Amino acid sequence: MIAPGTEPGLWRSARALAVRDLRLVWRRRGDALQPVLFAVLVVVLFALAQGRDPQRLAATAVPVLWLAVLLAGQLALDSLFRSDAEDGSLEQWLLAPVPLPWLVLVRVALHWLTTAVPLIVVTPLLAEMLHLPRDQLPVLLASLLLGTPLLSLIGGVVAALTVGIRRSGILVALLSLPLYVPVLVFGAGSVAAAARGQDPVGALLLLAAGLVVALVLAPLATAAAIRISLD
Amino acid sequence: MPVSVTTGLPGRALASVRRPPTAHGPGTIAACSRPKPAPLSIPPLLAAHGVAFTRNDAPVFGPLDFHVDAGEALLVQGGNGAGKTSLLRVLAGLVPPAAGHVEIDGRAAGPAGRARYVAYLGHQPALKPDLDALENLHFLCGLQGRRARQMPGSALAVVGLAGYEDTLVRQLSAGQKRRLALARIWLSPAPLWLLDEPYANLDLEGINLVNRMISAHLRGGGAALVTTHGAYAAPPVRTRQLQLEAGA
Repeated sequence: MIAPGTEPGLWRSARALAVRDLRLVWRRRGDALQPVLFAVLVVVLFALAQGRDPQRLAATAVPVLWLAVLLAGQLALDSLFRSDAEDGSLEQWLLAPVPLPWLVLVRVALHWLTTAVPLIVVTPLLAEMLHLPRDQLPVLLASLLLGTPLLSLIGGVVAALTVGIRRSGILVALLSLPLYVPVLVFGAGSVAAAARGQDPVGALLLLAAGLVVALVLAPLATAAAIRISLD
Repeated sequence: MPVSVTTGLPGRALASVRRPPTAHGPGTIAACSRPKPAPLSIPPLLAAHGVAFTRNDAPVFGPLDFHVDAGEALLVQGGNGAGKTSLLRVLAGLVPPAAGHVEIDGRAAGPAGRARYVAYLGHQPALKPDLDALENLHFLCGLQGRRARQMPGSALAVVGLAGYEDTLVRQLSAGQKRRLALARIWLSPAPLWLLDEPYANLDLEGINLVNRMISAHLRGGGAALVTTHGAYAAPPVRTRQLQLEAGA
């Protein structure tokens, strides 16, 4: 007989998973900081290589920032489900009385929260370093807020497909980067449109539409990929 | 593949079972509170009908027909590669069978039924090395629920890990990790335990612990499938044996 008040449900399982993942991030906070440090290093090195011309830096700021965020996200992508697969946790997810796509969605949301959100937080600083015009910063932040969860959801499918393969880091990058192209195009394109004085809302709405579709379909695809990988 | 199912063969009793009538004190194992079913009125808790499994088109086991009633254990024996782990993974729904089907409580086993009825202990303990013992159990209770009148702290005492509540799992020995994984099974509200090599890495006291846990679980109306390499350890309860042999 199950203890009253402990019946597993969507929110109870999500809270348990969130508490666990946040504890793990805190215990390995050095690892968790790596994507942010990587993105900062990429931008700093690019700024040093580009020289001190503010106009040249500003012209390439948005693509560089988007690429830095995208590549930094790759660092943590391979580990999205790997440790859970290796220690048997994914098997318990499959046997849990809550849908696997729900657990996947929570896991990806936490991954986004702990890897992409810190990058978005430091983006104004990096944008300042690259002399991005300040009127373009809100559009850049909006594009990152819509685009980075989309990247996490797409990356989750790839990470799940390769979770049964050892040393699949490069494979994850090779499979996921082509899928990121539309997000990169519309994300950077929205800021470029704003820079040209055009309306960036169209590109942002396309990102939002993609995010809505991915929120529905990506957890289902990721759950199916996990079942295949554990087979 | 030769397969034999022996009925009415009790395993060797390796432990004296303490049977407090209602107490749940530290170190004691009391039968859980599931009502004992009427023996003739309900279907078996688990039934396998012609279940077979193949890997890369090579047969691993089967077809197998067996059932496990509430209150009994099935000891699955066989050497390395005989398919014991594969059998448990098929029964748990982690991999599909090549043929046949599985029923749980008289109904075709699906994800919902398995989630309600099955607690699975695999080769991997499903524990996070960077979390302490209690944190691991709290997470799994949040994911799968918790048995009535059982708490993670008391489950640690049952498996002999009292005092290790705040110890990180990576600091535990292999045997202690196995005991912690057994505490997870003990906390599960599921009546059907699928235990893959539960005696692995355990000392004699640990083996006795597993036997006491299984005995208490069965007395409470549960059932268990237990895989093991040999007959050196078996629950001292109503046990049947299923012998698997490697090779097609």
